[in-house]
Amino acid sequence: MKKLFARTLRAVIGAATCLCLSSPAFADEALYQQFGGEEGMQRIADDLIANSFANPRTAPYFAKASVKRLRVQLASHFCEQVGGPCRYTGSSMKNVHAPLHIDRAAFNALVENLQDAMDKNQVPFTAQNQLLAKLAPMYRDIESPRDAPSVVPLREPLPSPYDDEPTGAAASDSQPGAVPAAKP
Amino acid sequence: MSHAAQAQFVPPEPDRTGSGKLLLTGGVSQVEGAAGGGLVPWAVIGGYNTGGQWSANVHATHVETQAFGLDTFGVAVGVNDRLELTLSRQIFDTKGAGATLGLGQDFKFKQNIVGAKVRVMGDAVLDADTWMPQVSVGVQYKQNEQGDVVRAVGARRDSGTDFYVSATKLLLGQGLLLNGTLRMTRANQFGLLGFGGPNSNAYKPQAELSAAYLLSRSVAVGAEYRHKPSNLAFAREQAARDIFIAWAPTKNLSLTGAYVDLGDIATVRNQHGWYLSGQAGF
Repeated sequence: MKKLFARTLRAVIGAATCLCLSSPAFADEALYQQFGGEEGMQRIADDLIANSFANPRTAPYFAKASVKRLRVQLASHFCEQVGGPCRYTGSSMKNVHAPLHIDRAAFNALVENLQDAMDKNQVPFTAQNQLLAKLAPMYRDIESPRDAPSVVPLREPLPSPYDDEPTGAAASDSQPGAVPAAKP
Repeated sequence: MSHAAQAQFVPPEPDRTGSGKLLLTGGVSQVEGAAGGGLVPWAVIGGYNTGGQWSANVHATHVETQAFGLDTFGVAVGVNDRLELTLSRQIFDTKGAGATLGLGQDFKFKQNIVGAKVRVMGDAVLDADTWMPQVSVGVQYKQNEQGDVVRAVGARRDSGTDFYVSATKLLLGQGLLLNGTLRMTRANQFGLLGFGGPNSNAYKPQAELSAAYLLSRSVAVGAEYRHKPSNLAFAREQAARDIFIAWAPTKNLSLTGAYVDLGDIATVRNQHGWYLSGQAGF
């Protein structure tokens, strides 16, 4: 009887602990839901990218961007900023944007593209401003003068060669951690 | 992007008249022509210019109380989101009160105002992670054309300069703009009744406050309070207040409507009424 009770108690505690650890505590689930959760945030990221290619004030800066990578990283970045269950794993704002020499006009144009994307996806104005309030101070790392260096001195590893779509044989041949062969 | 590709990117030339600011963040035209609310100059630089850009706009305002009317119109130029230059003209119609005061029916006081403002630090919109406001200093040089009349009612001078410092902050997460302005002035009724008088000829600091709430990207509602000196013995002067709504359907046009309470003016008690202003530019 005692043994059964102890075993049952252990099982119940174990189950309760598992449940607590397995459901992540969002910083702000209610806010994340105002953006439509995971699907909504991806739609917003996709609309932002489309707007940025269409807007002549931002299009030049996106000419060499990888849309595939942007879709993922913008969605996860915004998700993290509104307290969703994500972690942005891309390069720092400084490293990503230094080569682009973004000025205030271009920065604000992107903000407007994002506002349009959020409007299109019916994100309430008050929720929009909470995301913008998180993103706005990043102007310090995102903007840089025209005469600033285009390449920020490396303080983090080079982007992984596996960032882009694997090109068949090359990806399967290499071992993780091996020095990548020069790209053709 | 590979580092080789990064080194090759050449950013586009700045569009010098490209209206880089976000909607409404250049303020509207206050009663003396500076960028701000309806009564109070703010730390924002007028027009939609950001770094590397310049802007210009024109405004026209009409204020109507029970006994008086005021028309103002002017032009503003903003450069680099750093410097603002304004030129305005005010026409104050005393209507029937003019006759009562012995000036003549519909007697008008006219004043020209040259303004300059420089942003000295901060960013009202994007510094959302700090309490640091945007701060600007400004001057307004005012020349009243009815020198003889203003001196006859007790003013010491027919021209004068106001000096002010403004701190403006948009609490972006809450959509709430707050502004505090401290103005050194000895103007009577904004200068429309001259400068200085029997009560005082000294510059005195006046507190001016604005708060505005963004209902959307293009609509803001707010309230303002502007304390004024009371230098003339013949007519006491009080603080001016308003509640307003500003609408900017595009970056080229804004309309502001307000209810204003101007207190006693030239012995006529408790003047209040409506305010309507339009601003056009880029």
